[in-house]
Amino acid sequence: MLAMNYRGPQRVRIDEKPEPKILHPQDAIVRVTRSCICGSDLHLYNGNVPDTRVGMTFGHEFIGEVIEIGSEIQKLKVGDMVIVPFNIACGKCHFCKQGLFGNCHESNSQATAVGGIFGYSHTAGGYDGGQAEYVRVPYADVGPTVIPPGMDPDDAVLLTDVVPTGYQAAEMGGIQKGDTVVIFGAGPIGIMAARCSWLFGAGRVIVIDKVEYRLEFVRNYANCEAYNYEEMDDPVVFVKKTTDWMGADVVIDAVGAEATGNVMQTITGRKLLLQAGSATAAHWAVNSVKKGGIVSIVGIYGPTDNLFPLGNVVNKGITIRANQASVKRLLPRLIDHVQNGILNPKALITHRVPLEDVADAYHIFSEKLDNCIKPVMIPPSAR
Amino acid sequence: MENKTPKDYSHIKGWGIDADPKNDPTYPMKHRTDAEQEGYSWERPTLQDVDIEVLHSIERPNVTAVFGTSMPPSGLSGMIRRFAFKHSENSYLHWLPLLMADRVNVVEGVLDDFAKGTVPNIFAEKGWKADWEHNRSGLIQKVGIMALVTTAAVLLLTRKKNS
Repeated sequence: MLAMNYRGPQRVRIDEKPEPKILHPQDAIVRVTRSCICGSDLHLYNGNVPDTRVGMTFGHEFIGEVIEIGSEIQKLKVGDMVIVPFNIACGKCHFCKQGLFGNCHESNSQATAVGGIFGYSHTAGGYDGGQAEYVRVPYADVGPTVIPPGMDPDDAVLLTDVVPTGYQAAEMGGIQKGDTVVIFGAGPIGIMAARCSWLFGAGRVIVIDKVEYRLEFVRNYANCEAYNYEEMDDPVVFVKKTTDWMGADVVIDAVGAEATGNVMQTITGRKLLLQAGSATAAHWAVNSVKKGGIVSIVGIYGPTDNLFPLGNVVNKGITIRANQASVKRLLPRLIDHVQNGILNPKALITHRVPLEDVADAYHIFSEKLDNCIKPVMIPPSAR
Repeated sequence: MENKTPKDYSHIKGWGIDADPKNDPTYPMKHRTDAEQEGYSWERPTLQDVDIEVLHSIERPNVTAVFGTSMPPSGLSGMIRRFAFKHSENSYLHWLPLLMADRVNVVEGVLDDFAKGTVPNIFAEKGWKADWEHNRSGLIQKVGIMALVTTAAVLLLTRKKNS
């Protein structure tokens, strides 16, 4: 089968690889019909996530058709078209039972801090991902959800990560009616977090980034304010000033390790790997939230340490909430929102690319070429 | 694991008088059951056969019920990874060797390509075709800088040799 093949930092290609097999009675094999490149894939692509092995196939955002099932599978059947959450969850451990499907304790041997994630290095379990024609899906009766009849596959594929993560970013913010919500990052997750903040009753939503076309997009898509931090002396002072010097009620970090905007963070976090990614957005979030406010972090960082103003967290009495999205928990509500026209995920897709052009797709997304917001790859059998 | 916390707290004056189950910052992310207090006690799923080398964190007692089978450790990078997994996720001796192993693995990948008779097309792998289509001036600038740096390096090395 054709599959993306990681060869080293900023080097990927399409290769022939053996088709996956059922290795566990709760496995399914899925023929992929859509797979996306996620902003967090760029951390892998840039070689910033420890234990990213050459030869691995990335991809944790995909949908497809079930073509084979293991002997313990009871809910899914061959031929089902499924949304596959990016997290691999057993449904039995204490964490899954409490709805923490992103924190499963039976899907990642290599690290206890995170559950298994498709195609996201061995630090997230060593599973090959969905940027391929076929993929092995463990615990297939737990995570995968049958795509409702009539749902556009482009909407469905964004329900695997982008929509739940953006939604949970807003949910973790504990937004109260009338709150001012500031979101750092106008990538797909930041855009969706801005849109979802209104669903929780935000009174004002502000997105800050430096990429003009994305700011323009989010301004229209999420009906929010959007500002370029390169046009400000200091984004934190800007937030203070625009909130009558109080700070925002809720601030969301939707950027993570690839952040720009602070030379020291960029050099130490992205170039020298002396910290687990550039923590610029988290730094700004802590400093621009009000005293007693809430910072919600969905941007992805590496597993080591970051330069972060912990003293201000204490002195301001800030609550920080963060997690990988619990896709399984959120899917029923989010499917309703998509079907009722409240959310329109597929509007984020700017590029539909043949799977064979995976190297170009990564480069376009990584370098933000051609006004790219979200690239979706389509394998030959789904075209 | 046996829960060592005593169940009868009557000897502790004031135990629990201010407990407020609604004061739960984890909600709605977590529907709290506190089952973790019972330890690693759930009925585990069927275990996947361990027929490849699976490194597991020393912060857990076992391999998870399912695991990924992509690229088991091998070669020099595999040796470094095995060393890394002797240390906990709390230690730099875990993460830094893993990053080093990743870089070694890149070289192994190139050698592996050569061994299979493939010369990796680095330009295609880096997506330069997309640059040519969407960022031509940037690509030309990048190639120009690389040529300049290479020429300077060659000149510098040649001069040292001559002198």
